[in-house]
Amino acid sequence: MSIDTQTQEQSATAAPVAPAIELIGVSKSFGPVQANKDIHMTVAKGAIHGIVGENGAGKSTLMSILYGFYKADAGEIKINGIPTEITDSHAAIAAGIGMVHQHFMLVEPFTVLENVIMGAEDGPLLRSSLARARKVLHDLATEYELDVDPDAIVGDLSVGFQQRVEILKALYRQADILILDEPTGVLTPAEADHLFRILENLKSQGKTIVLITHKLREIMAVTDTVSVMRRGEMTATVKTSETSASELANLMVGRHVSLEVDKSPAKVGETILEVKNLCKTDSQGVKKLKNISFKLKAGEILGVAGVTGNGQSDLLEIISGISHATSGEILMRGESIDLSNKANAAQRRALGIGHVPEDRHARGLVMAFQTWENTAFGYHNDPEFSKRFGLADQKAMLKDAEAKIEKFDIRPTNPNLMASDYSGGNQQKIVIAREIENNPDVLLIGQPTRGVDIGAIEFIHKQIVELRDQGKAVLLVSVELEEILALSDRIIVMFDGIIQGERLPENTNEQELGMLMAGMDPEAST
Amino acid sequence: MNRSLPKWADIVLIPLLSLMLAFLVSGLVVMFIGKDPIEAVKVMVSGALGKYGIGYTLYYTTNFIFTGLAVAVAFHARMFNIGGEGQAGIGGVGVAMVLLYVDWPHWTVAIVAASVGAMVFGAAWAAIPAYLQAKRGSHIVITTIMFNWIGSALLVYLLVGPLQAPGMVPETLGFSAGASIPTLHDIFPAFDKYAPANVSLFLALLAAFGVWVLIWKSRLGYEVRAFGHSEKAAIYAGISPMKIIMTVMLISGGLAGMMAVNAVQGEAERLILDTVQGAGFVGIAVALMGRSHPVGVVLAAFLFGILYQGGGELSFEMGIPREMIVVIQALVIMFVGSLENMVRIPVERLFLRFNRGAA
Repeated sequence: MSIDTQTQEQSATAAPVAPAIELIGVSKSFGPVQANKDIHMTVAKGAIHGIVGENGAGKSTLMSILYGFYKADAGEIKINGIPTEITDSHAAIAAGIGMVHQHFMLVEPFTVLENVIMGAEDGPLLRSSLARARKVLHDLATEYELDVDPDAIVGDLSVGFQQRVEILKALYRQADILILDEPTGVLTPAEADHLFRILENLKSQGKTIVLITHKLREIMAVTDTVSVMRRGEMTATVKTSETSASELANLMVGRHVSLEVDKSPAKVGETILEVKNLCKTDSQGVKKLKNISFKLKAGEILGVAGVTGNGQSDLLEIISGISHATSGEILMRGESIDLSNKANAAQRRALGIGHVPEDRHARGLVMAFQTWENTAFGYHNDPEFSKRFGLADQKAMLKDAEAKIEKFDIRPTNPNLMASDYSGGNQQKIVIAREIENNPDVLLIGQPTRGVDIGAIEFIHKQIVELRDQGKAVLLVSVELEEILALSDRIIVMFDGIIQGERLPENTNEQELGMLMAGMDPEAST
Repeated sequence: MNRSLPKWADIVLIPLLSLMLAFLVSGLVVMFIGKDPIEAVKVMVSGALGKYGIGYTLYYTTNFIFTGLAVAVAFHARMFNIGGEGQAGIGGVGVAMVLLYVDWPHWTVAIVAASVGAMVFGAAWAAIPAYLQAKRGSHIVITTIMFNWIGSALLVYLLVGPLQAPGMVPETLGFSAGASIPTLHDIFPAFDKYAPANVSLFLALLAAFGVWVLIWKSRLGYEVRAFGHSEKAAIYAGISPMKIIMTVMLISGGLAGMMAVNAVQGEAERLILDTVQGAGFVGIAVALMGRSHPVGVVLAAFLFGILYQGGGELSFEMGIPREMIVVIQALVIMFVGSLENMVRIPVERLFLRFNRGAA
């Protein structure tokens, strides 16, 4: 709190020009939920300002207010010192605010140029707009290292380039203030570095940047000032140079958390699951998996690192029975399992393969189901939940749910709430409780802590390690290198459908894994 | 976001407000053609709920419960079965097949046999669109609509061809006396002698109970609801989309077919053209208004029964043309079904403001 007032005083006295953004007492609630409580925030012109906070802390709501998606219930917004009413995104653009969303707002079959001018055409005919945009894009490319082929089809571009198109869109609309929402979630470390260079360039040209992220490392690396949000309130605004990652983490959760995972050395047993020459070609003819082979042993956590979309999801989906393989073999306890499209996920569960899916919203939970229904999801035909005549034993399901809620500290504790009523962390706990409590021999886990608050991350990591210590095999897929390094006993890195390398966590580091994730072989280059 | 309303407001208040709006606009329509709306309401209510009318109202209600349940069941799997009309019509063929060629000793046996015939034929008619959806991804809305037309053409063919009774009329021979099921008058003499409502009303209520058990108490219903909310989640849980689509559509078609027990066995006592009379489509509105819940469906079916019977009285008593009655019925369907958000959004706002004031 003392830090907070200090910086505010400083900016009030020292700043010769009006701050780029000034939020005064902004509040917003959705029904009974107060997403933003009396937020005060000042971002100086030409600064890179970070906003950190757990999921559900209100970061996105605040930025949505700033970009005109939501209207604040109370408070005032000043842009460059001028009180501004931001009623919709047009007003935001007019005020010089541009936003790069977490999920890109691009028309994939259109070219870069067409995407850039979309909504900002000069007139009914496209010709002049396209010509003008081509010139502007050329200038921007040289000025900010933002080179993208203007005639490329956006759908063909890599995620990193698509993000550049989003930035170009904002700059083409003459944005002076750029808001980036979790921009590095889908990037390789190298792409992320490039993005930060672009941001530095933009800053040196006087642009103001607001960076929303949950990655403290990035905050420390690129921002000048940082605001911390917790439960809808802004708990602190500090200079980045005067703080540390651990201090920010404490401010985010309000108590001390360990980013390290305590675990004893693995007692590795026999091979339980063996994947042999697995191949997958999708319906568009794209080869998603190319001859993947590895062994998963009892009592170990095998981490699969890689940038999203390099085959990890397909691997999980095939092993879990959601989709079928094109060729190859998977042996469970030495016996071949059905990889054709006749197989389904229920058969895999019967074999002792549990699955915490990457996307808990779309797959792991039925959002409109109550918790007692979700805690039996996938196991609802098991004898313990079945009665005669095809009826469900709802009493047993309810009792089982209550036990899981207690054991996994799921909050709120009411088993009749719908999945959509929970925070991301508690939703994930429901999925993990269900899969772990069913006592699988092999647990597949995809992105266990995506969109999960730090308190719950710690808990979930502990559960995963505990399962390993019981002699179960865990296949962990995550795009968070920190998580992979902290949890895994062995790491494989996937790139473009192949296993690019295998490492032991004690003999590697983020830089080396990052290079493997980008398809490079660190040993060959040195 | 859908949680901003308490449950009672969602299932009682909003349909009620929509209904009132529909009646308000209908009143304006009546005024516009120079009749007294208050008088029209009186005629409608007494016509639908009086001693004579109630027997007709309940007859329509029975039809609408079956077709409404058919749509509601499919809704839970997020399938829009528009084919109730055709499935009910072909269900009639099933009833006729069972009742024409067997001399049934007693109505209790006959009604069971007729129900089986109606369900099998109705389900079969739904099975083809369902298979095309599950295997080929042909949209169920399009295929079921097309199957309504095919069904009605098939019915015409049968009634002027293989099944036609001697003579010029497109109808079958009458069913045997053993197939005749008791009307409500036979059970409760308080009902009018000529009113067509019959014991199949109880079958309809039984079906409503069965649907409730199926959707909320059975493991199949659990899978259906999971599939309806999220196909991806269902696949994750090992639920086969093919199985759900086929099963749900068979049940849906079977329920729609059951309407024929009321209309063909109970009322016409032979197979004639156009026994369904649009009930398949009314079922969509009934399911929408009843929030796909069996209790809601029964209540909504009764309301539409009143509208149908009362509407008939209206044209008879007040000389309001039949077409205007259809307009009024359409207004109700429009307000209750498709314009729901028009009422919902302001009500939600009101509740939000009220809640904030209280907090």
